[in-house]
Amino acid sequence: MSQSTMAIGRRERVSEHARTFVSRHASMMPTFAALLIFVLLLIGAQIHFGEFVTPRTLSALLLDNAYLVILAVGMTMVIVTGGIDLSVGSVMAFTGISCAALLDAGYPAVLVVPGIVVAGGLIGLLVGVLVQYFDVQPFIASLAGLFLGRGLAFVVSLKSIRVEDDAVLWLQTTRYRFGDWYITPTGILALVVALLGAFVMQYTRFGRTIYAVGGNEQSARLMGLAVARTKVLVYVISGLCGGLAGLVLTAYSGAGYPRNGIGTELDVIAAVVIGGTLLTGGTGYILGSVIGVLVYGTIKTVISYMGAEQSWTRIIVGLMLLSFIVVQRVIVVRAERRR
Amino acid sequence: MEDPLVQLTGATVYFGADAALDGVDFRLFPGEVHSLIGENGAGKSTLIKALTGALPLSAGRIELDGRQVRFSSPREAQLAGIRAVYQEIDLLPNLSVAENIALGSESHRWGVIDWARMRDRAREVLRDLGLDIDPASLLGQHSVAVQQLIAIARAISTDVRVLVLDEPTSSLDQGECAELFRVIRDLRERGVAVVFISHFLDQVYEVCDRVTVLRDGKLVGEYLTRELLRIDLVQAMLGRSVEDLRTRSRLRVAEEGAEPFLCARSVSVGTGIREADVDLVEGEVLGVAGLLGSGRTELARAITGIDRLDAGIIRIQGGTDAIDGPRSAISLGVVYSSENRRTEGIIGDLSVAENITLAVQAERGIVRRIAPARQRELALSWMEALDIRPRDPDRPAGTLSGGNQQKVLLARLLALAPRLIVLDEPTRGIDVGAKVEVQNLVSELADNGLSVMFISAELEEVLRVGTRVAIVQGGRIVDTVSCDELTPAELTALVAQPGEPT
Repeated sequence: MSQSTMAIGRRERVSEHARTFVSRHASMMPTFAALLIFVLLLIGAQIHFGEFVTPRTLSALLLDNAYLVILAVGMTMVIVTGGIDLSVGSVMAFTGISCAALLDAGYPAVLVVPGIVVAGGLIGLLVGVLVQYFDVQPFIASLAGLFLGRGLAFVVSLKSIRVEDDAVLWLQTTRYRFGDWYITPTGILALVVALLGAFVMQYTRFGRTIYAVGGNEQSARLMGLAVARTKVLVYVISGLCGGLAGLVLTAYSGAGYPRNGIGTELDVIAAVVIGGTLLTGGTGYILGSVIGVLVYGTIKTVISYMGAEQSWTRIIVGLMLLSFIVVQRVIVVRAERRR
Repeated sequence: MEDPLVQLTGATVYFGADAALDGVDFRLFPGEVHSLIGENGAGKSTLIKALTGALPLSAGRIELDGRQVRFSSPREAQLAGIRAVYQEIDLLPNLSVAENIALGSESHRWGVIDWARMRDRAREVLRDLGLDIDPASLLGQHSVAVQQLIAIARAISTDVRVLVLDEPTSSLDQGECAELFRVIRDLRERGVAVVFISHFLDQVYEVCDRVTVLRDGKLVGEYLTRELLRIDLVQAMLGRSVEDLRTRSRLRVAEEGAEPFLCARSVSVGTGIREADVDLVEGEVLGVAGLLGSGRTELARAITGIDRLDAGIIRIQGGTDAIDGPRSAISLGVVYSSENRRTEGIIGDLSVAENITLAVQAERGIVRRIAPARQRELALSWMEALDIRPRDPDRPAGTLSGGNQQKVLLARLLALAPRLIVLDEPTRGIDVGAKVEVQNLVSELADNGLSVMFISAELEEVLRVGTRVAIVQGGRIVDTVSCDELTPAELTALVAQPGEPT
């Protein structure tokens, strides 16, 4: 008797904790869903191929998708404010080819690398200023950034340029090994950017203002938050991430190519949404986006393991995106109805 | 008497050509609760927006502590200790309660937000308000009433000197109101000047020391609450038009026993309007008199099928057709002109002709398009009939004056050849001459056999236009009286009966 009351008491306490958790972290649910899908994907692939979840594949997952992780960090910030940045793919191409071209022309890497990252930031600044001060729709403003970046990339070179600079190649070729696991400097860079981004979003006024702007821009302004500065800055950050991704991609492929990253902005947006960020703004987590990128990368790996056409990646990611957006819609509608 | 904490002198705000606030003086003393009173559109929200830096003054000045100040943003006013809590809650549903209270002045160490301290502080402020909720929970999960209190918590969590509360009690129940009043008195003890805006006169009398009454953007007067009778307050609020108007000869229709054109029985929509019975004879103008929030607009929206009825039935000419939506209302000849001319009526970017023919076109459907020439012709004939100026059907409707916009709306509805037209505040915010024109127009329409329901906050106007007047209070029609038997003073007394929210 007393044992069963104790059990009930405990169950109540557990459900009480669960309720507190849900009331505090309701917005994290889509991210948990993404995590669940990631785990299920790994388990499914492991069962199907017998040998999938190995240190080698998982290490390669980060290596192959480091540039996507970096892009996703900036994109998450932009989307949480309620905007969108379509320019990242071509910014990455422009900075990547510039990096290769400048190194080829004999400039030292210590100048080239900061230079291209800043160049990405400048394109982001342009987009942000258009959005904030000229009241251009983010979609249109960043579309302008997309064309600008792609055009500049073709201006720099129409052909692929090989990179022979040791410092840049070091980023890719160095492997820090832990048993069978390894990580490259590009992977470390991606993780550092993601952790830094997550910290900024959670623990700084700037980060919280990003959420505030996405929740209700007018209210955020009435609260006395620096709305204009924040909105410009997220696009600058996204541009900087684009520049960094250009460096990482150039190191990864050992060459700059002006046609790199066509459609990458859409892959990034897909990964961010799968990771639980609401396209309407106000909700989202950078670590969720990292999971989104990993889900995306895993699907790609699985498909190449199966020897199927890579177009299936697009189809599957498209279906997942669709179902995630429907799930998000349901969550938002339910939240609105509760009020 | 000590010096005022805040003094506005000659405060004027223009929206386009209309003065939303016209040379108003307003003062606030430390440690007082001061109520701003006035009907919709009287200029209350414009005044507080000017005071809190959300709107710039076109003319006039603001003094704080005897020194002239200029706020170009809410942030600057907040730094000076002036905070406002608006009726529409300006909080962020996607962030935690603690952040909503503290954001902008959050605790941080080396630029890093100190979540634990932020939560503790929020919990303290909330406890002061008698609210025991988890500060880490998301704001969006709480009820509107709780969110309202959280908004107040945000305002008082800093050094506040002037606190503006705009309709803070509209979503609170009695217990929560009592708690809020306790907090307000507490703030008064601390020397805070509280501006309390409410359309519940009972609450104004309960908690306020002083009232300032506004009407049509102008100052009516400033009174001490304990020296002002409730009826005088209502009188000041609604006003008496002093201009001498030609009285129309009223055609006596409505002989006894005539079958009503519209017959509504125990119409209820939520708590806005309950068990209302309305009969309208052909050619009759039924005035509806009631204060803001009495249910006068809810009644109009229910009768015209815009809001779904929770109970009751509306029949036309004793027939079997009942109104169950705006479309069926229109097809039965019942049309509605909203009190929000700008947001629910005129489409400012479309031409006058398009605005006038909009409803006819909607009736015909998209396939049977009205040819542009025919559209102009139709519009011109109405513009002539209603004397809409300037007589240019291609002008964007938004550039017309308020009175002419109202006439464009009327033309749109009349083009449908209605049997009953429900006018909600058709004369609000238009100048005196246009008011008289609209009033005369209504009388002419009634003389031609149209039934009219005429809602207005100006009681004199209701009496002048109406055949009978229905008095609405607290969501109920408390009485229906023949207009000939009433003087404006008597009607004011009927409308202002205490005990009900006004």
